[in-house]
Amino acid sequence: MNFLEQYNYWIVIILMMSGFYIVIAHGNLIKKLIGLTVFQTSVFILYISMSKVTAGTAPILNEAYKVYSNPLPHVLILTAIVVGIATTALGLALVVRIKEAYGSVEEDLIQEKDLQQEGSE
Amino acid sequence: MLMGVYSLLTASFFVLMDAVDVAFTEAAVGAGISTILMVTVLSMAGRFENRQLHHPRIALFVVLITGVMLVYGTFDMPAFGDLNAPVQTHVAPYYLQQSAQDIDIPNVVTSVLASYRGFDTFGEVVVVFTAVIGVLAMLEFSRKPDTTGDEPAPMYQHKILRIVGKILIPPIMLFALYVQFHGEYGPGGGFQAGVIFAAAIILHAMLFGVESTRKAVSMPVVKVLAAVGVLIYGSVGVVAMLNGGRFLEYNALAENPITGQHVGIIIIELGVGITVATAMMLIFLTFARRVGKANGESA
Amino acid sequence: MIEHLPILQVIIPLLAAPICLILREARLVRWFTFIASALAFVNSILLLQQVQTQGTISYSLGGWVAPIGIEYRIDLLNAYLLILVTSISTLALLAAGPSLRKELSERKETYFYVAYLLCLTGLLGILATGDAFNVFVFLEISSLASYTMIAMGRDRRALWASYQYLIMGTIGATFILIGIGLMYMMTGTLNMYDLAERLPEVQQTKTVFTAFAFFVVGVCLKLALFPLHLWLPNAYAYAPSIATVFLAATATKVAIYVLLRFIFSVYGFEFSFSHLPLQEILVALGLMGVFAASIVAIYQDNVKRLFAYSSVAQIGYMILGLGVGSKTGLTATLLHLFNHALMKGAIFLALAGLIYRVGSVNLKAFSGLGKQMPWTMAAIVVGGLSLIGVPLTVGFVSKWYLVLALLESNWWPIAVLVLIGSLLAVIYVWRIVEVAYFRKAMQDSAPYKEAPLMILIPTWILVLANIYFGIDTGFTVGLSEQIAASLFEVAK
Repeated sequence: MNFLEQYNYWIVIILMMSGFYIVIAHGNLIKKLIGLTVFQTSVFILYISMSKVTAGTAPILNEAYKVYSNPLPHVLILTAIVVGIATTALGLALVVRIKEAYGSVEEDLIQEKDLQQEGSE
Repeated sequence: MLMGVYSLLTASFFVLMDAVDVAFTEAAVGAGISTILMVTVLSMAGRFENRQLHHPRIALFVVLITGVMLVYGTFDMPAFGDLNAPVQTHVAPYYLQQSAQDIDIPNVVTSVLASYRGFDTFGEVVVVFTAVIGVLAMLEFSRKPDTTGDEPAPMYQHKILRIVGKILIPPIMLFALYVQFHGEYGPGGGFQAGVIFAAAIILHAMLFGVESTRKAVSMPVVKVLAAVGVLIYGSVGVVAMLNGGRFLEYNALAENPITGQHVGIIIIELGVGITVATAMMLIFLTFARRVGKANGESA
Repeated sequence: MIEHLPILQVIIPLLAAPICLILREARLVRWFTFIASALAFVNSILLLQQVQTQGTISYSLGGWVAPIGIEYRIDLLNAYLLILVTSISTLALLAAGPSLRKELSERKETYFYVAYLLCLTGLLGILATGDAFNVFVFLEISSLASYTMIAMGRDRRALWASYQYLIMGTIGATFILIGIGLMYMMTGTLNMYDLAERLPEVQQTKTVFTAFAFFVVGVCLKLALFPLHLWLPNAYAYAPSIATVFLAATATKVAIYVLLRFIFSVYGFEFSFSHLPLQEILVALGLMGVFAASIVAIYQDNVKRLFAYSSVAQIGYMILGLGVGSKTGLTATLLHLFNHALMKGAIFLALAGLIYRVGSVNLKAFSGLGKQMPWTMAAIVVGGLSLIGVPLTVGFVSKWYLVLALLESNWWPIAVLVLIGSLLAVIYVWRIVEVAYFRKAMQDSAPYKEAPLMILIPTWILVLANIYFGIDTGFTVGLSEQIAASLFEVAK
C-alpha cells in the first residue's frame, strides 16, 4: 500500500539514477550534459510532485475551485529550470571551445593530449 | 531530438500535476532553446561517439548507492497528493489565502514569484545574466580572423518554409507580449515571454541565416539591454528602499499598497522579460555564429 | 540607510555587474569594480559592528516576514565571513590591473570583471541569506561566474578544468537541491530558522536523514573534501591568476560556512553528531585529505597546482576541527578558515606577480628567483612557513588550537598525525625554497625584474597580515571563540 502511494517518487528515482549514470559513465562531453539535464529534470518532478493535492487544481484563484496545488514548489522549480538552462548553455559553450582547442569531445582523447602536453613541459 | 521529446513529456506531466506555469517554461526552455543549442553544438562536434564507457562499474556503484539512499528516503514521505502533508499545511496556505488581499492578482504562482519570493527571482535573472557573460566571454571572439564567406542560410532553399516563417514571426512576437502582460491572470510572465520572443528571433536566424539576423538586431544594443533588464529589476528594489520600505517592498511604491504591488510586479516582470529575451538571443546567435564558422572551415 | 546594510552588502556588487557591462571600457570597469568591492568591504565592517552591539540582525526582503518571504539574517558567523570575503576580493582587485592585462586580451577583461563581481555577489548572497532555497540560487550565481573565470585561463587545459568543475559543481548543486526539497517536504518551510524549529518533530524519519545526507554530500563536493576534490587542483592551476587568488581564498570557505550553518543552526548539533556517524566520517576524510593531498603536492612540478593540492590538505584540517565536535575544535576550524585565506591569498598573489614576469609557474623556472625577485619569493616563503605552522605566523595559531582540541578529547594519536602532516608541508615548501634560493639562474635568460608594485603591495599587505594575526591573536581568536560558543548555544 505504502509503495503505491509513492509511485511518483519511484519514477523520479529511476530518472535520477539514469541521468546520473550517463553523467559519470559516458565519455562524450555532450552526452554528459544531456545526462545532467535528465538528472536535473528528475529533481524538478520531485518538487512538483510534492505540491500536488488530490482533486486540487492549478493555483490560479477562481471562485469555482476550493482546493489548489501548492504554488511554492512551482516557483522554486521555475527558478531551477532557468538555472538548469543557464548551466547547459555555459557547458555547451565550453564544449565548443574544447572541440576547437583539442579537436575532440571525447574525455579519454582529451586526457591523453593533456598527458602528452605535461610530459613535454 | 529525443531531448526535445523528453522535455515535452516532462512538460505535459507538469500540466497533469497542476503546475501550468512550470509546464509552460519547461516546454519553452527544455523543448525549445535547450534542444536547439544541443543540436547546434552536435552539428559541430559530430555524432560519432566512442562507445567505450568510463569506469562503468564505479559509476554503477555510485548511482546505486544514490538510488538506495533515495528509496530509503521515500519510506517516511507523506503520501503523494496528501492534503495534510506538511508542505500543504505550513506557509503554502498563507499564499493561497492571503494573496488575494495582499496583492490581488489571481495567479498565485506569479504573486509568490514576483512578490513574496521576489528576491529569488531577482537571483534567477542574475543567473541568466551570468550565463550570458560566460557564453560571450568564451565564444564571442575567435582567435582566427573573420572569414567573410557568404555561406547560404541553413534553410534558404526552402521557399515554403521561408514564407510560412515570415508570416509566423510577427504573431509569435505578439503572443510573447500577451504572455508578458497577462502573467498576472493566466500562466505566463516575464520569463516565458522572454523565451518566446527570443524564439521568434531564433526562427528568423534559422530561416534567413545568422548573419542577416545579426544585421537586423544590433548586438551591442542587445547586450546593453540584457544589463538594463537586471538594472530595472534592481532599481525597483532600490526605489522601494528610498521610499522607506525594504528592498523590493512594492507596498512602498505607491500610496495604496495594492497599487504598489501591481506596479512593482509589472515593472519587474518587464525587467525579467527584457533580460531573458536578450539573453536567449545573445546565447543562440553567439553559438550559431561560432559553430557556423567552424563548419564552414571544415567543409 | 543603516538598517539596509544586510541587503546593501549583496546588491552593491550585484548592481555594479550590469553597469560594468554597459561601461565596456576595461580601464573604467576596473576602477568601478574595485570601488564596488571596497564599498562592500566597508559595509561588512559596519555590519560586524552592528551585530556586536545589537545582536543578530534580521532583514525581511520585500517586507514579507519570514517564513512567508525571504529573510537575510546576519549573526557573528556570517559577519565574520563577510569581512573575510570582501577584504580578500578587494585586495585581489588591487592587483588585478597589471596581471589581467598580461593574461587576457583587452576585450575579455570587461567580461572578467563582470564575472568577478557576479561571483562575489553569489558568495556574499550565500553568506547573508537565511533561506535555504536562496542559498541554492546564489550558489549557482557564484558557480557559473567561477566556471567563466576559470575558462578564461590562457592554457587550453583551463577549458577542460572548467568543464570538469561545471559537471561536478552541478551534480553538487543538484544534490543540495534534492536535500532542500526533502527538508521542505517534511517541514513545509524553507526558512533556516523555521526549519530549525520544525525539524526536531520529524527528526527520526528516514526522509530527514536522507535530506541531510544529500545536502552534506552536495556541499562537500563544493568544498572539495577528499575524495570529492578532483575538480579543484586543475581549476586553480589553470585559471587566470587573479581568479585563483579570489577563489582559493574564499569559495571553499563559503562552502564550509554552509556546512557549519546547516549542521549547527538548522539541524542542530544534537542531531548531526549523536544520531549519525558524522564525527567519524569527518575525522577520517579530513585526515585522509591531509595526507593524500600533501603527498600528491610533493610530486607536483606546477607550483600553482602544488598549492592547489595543499589547499585540499588544508580543507582537511578544517574538517578535522569540525569533526572533533567540541568548542575548541570549532574554534580551530573558524580560525583556520580565516588564516588559510590569508596564507593562500598571499601565496597566489605572489605567484600572480611571478607569472607576470616569468610567464611560467613550473618549478624549473624558479631557479635563482630568490635573488632576482626577492620580495615576491619572500612572500611565498612566509606564506609557506604559515602553511607549515611555524610560530609567529597565523598557521601556527590555528594548528595550535586544532592540536589543543584533539588533546582535550584525548585523541592524541590524531594529534600526532596532524603534526606529521605538517612535516609533509615542510617538504613541498622546501622544494620551492631550494630551487629558488640554492640553484643558479638559467644562463640563457636575462635576469627577471621584481614584480610590479601594484601586485607587490596587496601581496605584502596579506603577508604582513599573516604575521600580524600570528602575533596579535585578539581579533581572530576572540571572535572565533565567541562564534563557536554561540553556535553551540543555539545547538542546545
